[in-house]
Amino acid sequence: MNASVIIFYIISAFILGAALFAVTTRKIFRAAIFLLFSLIGIAALYFWMQVEFVAAVQIIIYVGGIVVLIIFSIFLTQKSGNEMPKPLRTRAIFSGLAVIFGFAFTSNLIREYGFKEISTQPFEVKVSDIGTQMLSTAEHGFVLPFEVVSILLLAAMIGCIVIAMKVKHEEK
Amino acid sequence: MNEITITHILFVSTALFFIGMYGLFTRRNMITMLMAVELILNSVNINFVAFNKYLYPGKLDGVFFAIFVITIAAAEAAVAIAIIINLYRSHHSIDVEDAGELKY
Amino acid sequence: MSDYSYIAFIPLLPLAAFVLLGLFGRKYFKTFSGTIGTASLLASTILSFYTAYHYFFIDGNVNGVFQKIIALKHTWLQFSPNISIDMGIMLDPISVMMIVIVSFVSLMVHIFSLGYMKGEERFATYYAFLSLFTFSMLGLVLSTNIFQIYIFWELVGVSSFLLIGYYFEKPSAVAASKKAFIVTRFADLGFLIGILILAFYSGTLDFGLLIEKLTSVQSPEFINISSASFLGASVLTWALTLVFIGGAGKSAMFPLHIWLPDAMEGPTPVSALIHAATMVVAGVYLVARLFPVFSIDVTALQIVTYVGAFSSMLAAVIACTQTDIKRVLAFSTMSQIGFMMFALGVSKYGGEDGLGYMGSMFHLFTHAFFKSLLFLGAGAVIHLVHSNDMKDMGGLRKLMPVTHITFLIACLAIAGIPPFSGFFSKEEILLAAYHSNRLIYGVAVFTSALTAFYMFRLYYSIFWSKEANVHEPNHGEGTLSMKMPLIILGACALFAGFVPFSKLVTSDGAALETHIDIGFSALPVLLAFSGIALAAYLYKKENDRPQKIASSLGELYKVAWKKFYIDEMYLFITKKIIFNLIGRPAAWIDKNIVDGFMNLLATMTGKISVLIKGLQSGKVQSYALYFFGGVIGLAVLFIYIWK
Repeated sequence: MNASVIIFYIISAFILGAALFAVTTRKIFRAAIFLLFSLIGIAALYFWMQVEFVAAVQIIIYVGGIVVLIIFSIFLTQKSGNEMPKPLRTRAIFSGLAVIFGFAFTSNLIREYGFKEISTQPFEVKVSDIGTQMLSTAEHGFVLPFEVVSILLLAAMIGCIVIAMKVKHEEK
Repeated sequence: MNEITITHILFVSTALFFIGMYGLFTRRNMITMLMAVELILNSVNINFVAFNKYLYPGKLDGVFFAIFVITIAAAEAAVAIAIIINLYRSHHSIDVEDAGELKY
Repeated sequence: MSDYSYIAFIPLLPLAAFVLLGLFGRKYFKTFSGTIGTASLLASTILSFYTAYHYFFIDGNVNGVFQKIIALKHTWLQFSPNISIDMGIMLDPISVMMIVIVSFVSLMVHIFSLGYMKGEERFATYYAFLSLFTFSMLGLVLSTNIFQIYIFWELVGVSSFLLIGYYFEKPSAVAASKKAFIVTRFADLGFLIGILILAFYSGTLDFGLLIEKLTSVQSPEFINISSASFLGASVLTWALTLVFIGGAGKSAMFPLHIWLPDAMEGPTPVSALIHAATMVVAGVYLVARLFPVFSIDVTALQIVTYVGAFSSMLAAVIACTQTDIKRVLAFSTMSQIGFMMFALGVSKYGGEDGLGYMGSMFHLFTHAFFKSLLFLGAGAVIHLVHSNDMKDMGGLRKLMPVTHITFLIACLAIAGIPPFSGFFSKEEILLAAYHSNRLIYGVAVFTSALTAFYMFRLYYSIFWSKEANVHEPNHGEGTLSMKMPLIILGACALFAGFVPFSKLVTSDGAALETHIDIGFSALPVLLAFSGIALAAYLYKKENDRPQKIASSLGELYKVAWKKFYIDEMYLFITKKIIFNLIGRPAAWIDKNIVDGFMNLLATMTGKISVLIKGLQSGKVQSYALYFFGGVIGLAVLFIYIWK
């Protein structure tokens, strides 16, 4: 039982606890903040796994972008101080049961499978490696997905504007 | 580090996934449904990175996948918010029960 | 043996007329339909006469015995190697006699109807139905196979139904046609069961083979059928009695006679054809056809005798009280058919003992002529007076001379006065009855006297008595087409007695010597004259003597007038017992349980569909939940259960 194991358990508890509150709390703003905590916890997990670049990307985009976007949309659409209505009892029970059953089933599968870890090679993620591989056209190069994702972002931007645009009534 | 096997991390990500599912089924507010979807996407990300680190330490594919997933999640969240705002304008509510036009 | 296959045209020509008139008559032929119907029947009649001439005088007689000739035979439906329904044409003395009678009387009725039914809107339909009836009756008498006769039997019943209900706007006519059909259909059930029993034991449906097997005492079929017994009587008796029940229904014997008086709702020429001369004698014909088998079974023959005698006397008593002229004639028909039935009943097969058979067939022959003449005459009277009731008639001899004379001839014939035809045939019957059963003889003589009485009561009430109020005296007697059949039939009623019948039609085909026994015939003739005299005394001039007699008889008179309440009894049984005890519960079960079950299925399907419809609630989260549940289910299925 060394320190990293204890840290892992703390980080996991934090993630799962924040997520649980995020999906069950009745006040919407609190849900957003709990989501924020959960995402920060995940970034901490990435740090613990020694993939610092992904952790950085997570914090920048998720925490700094998406959660802010969500909070803005909350303000745009309702009074955030009010309590949200409770879900239907039957729906809550059924989905709870389904989810618990699914979780048991999946974790059983994972445990039975018995992943074989390779511990011979060390796992090093250097940002320069990520950069060169992202733009290389050789084998294991990711330049094509990179370009496709950029086009997707463009499409998303245009789509958002079109969908959310207010249609102006022409005044004659 | 040695005592945490991949199974533990997968356990965490599975739990997060199903918590997100529960939120998706239960929440009445569209924005909170979106939040639950973000949780699901994050659990997938953890999976990718964990598989890369423990099973294929020589390659970087999992890391790249995680980066791309984050990017796409951002785009998708933006489009989802746009749709929610549009729906809010026509129904004047973001309760998902009110958007029942698919009913028989 | 010459080629007799042209005989197929005798029934087929009227069938062709039926099809033609039925399909096209109303629209295209209209009044020409009468001519078409009459023409086809004229051709049939000519062929029948030619066949009779050929059979009786040239071909049929072999060594003094008339043979059964099978002119045509075609296997239609084969049930087993031996049992099959054949369609064929058989010539034998009675069938040739019948085709002559049926086609001739039908021709007279066709001609009469040209005048009587003139101006009817459904003129073509009437002639179509008449042709259908003639076809069915001709097919019936020419049958070679007992099932073929059953098929034509039913066809005759259908034609009768159509013709009785011809004036279908009148509810009484509709009720009468239903009654006729239902009563005869009910009797035909007995007939069918009888056929099945006979076919089962004798192994064949063909008349010739059936009679042969069941009359030779050593044959295994006969031994089987007469030794097997059911409720005390042998199966042979049961089979023959059931067949007789079918015949009794069609021939209006007690207690299945209730339809005949009501059948008078149809047009009068129809009554003349169907309910006097041809269809109602089908029962007698059936017994005559199966006579060799009947003659072996004494019990069945006795049943025929007593039913016939009783019906004849009952009908005569009722006829004395009725005021509707057609009803009097209907009961008179029932009475005369009773004569024919018991004449068969007292007869035996072969030689001198077969006198009753010969008498019965002779009476059938003469009765056809005078009864149809009586009905047609009544039709002419009704045509003039526009009423059926005797009260509205009287003194018509001045207005309708031809009808008067022919009606008188027919009345004299039916009363049995020599030298009219009825005398000869009735004498043979009385002689046969005298020699075998004195009780039946007594009943027969009494009934003959009553016959003379009520027929002349009818005659005097129509043509003498008071002067009737006729609305259109210039209407006259009717057209030539109405007078001509009366004259022809009058001549037949006069001279038919002189046909040497005993040499042509007997029980076994050999000629029979008969002579008129003056001593024997004196009694019935005297009684007939006294009946006529009594009728003249009471009815020739208008007086109140009949009223006094009726009131002095009191209740008895009323019971007879009400036809002995037999109709009321039938109504009681059907309404109170059958409808209430059987019909109503059956209807309840049908409506609530059978229909209810179907409705339940439908309602349940509806409810289930509403439930399933609820799945499409429009709530996206529910859809997501179902989706997720399905994925989990499939995953469990494929991973754990189905490897």
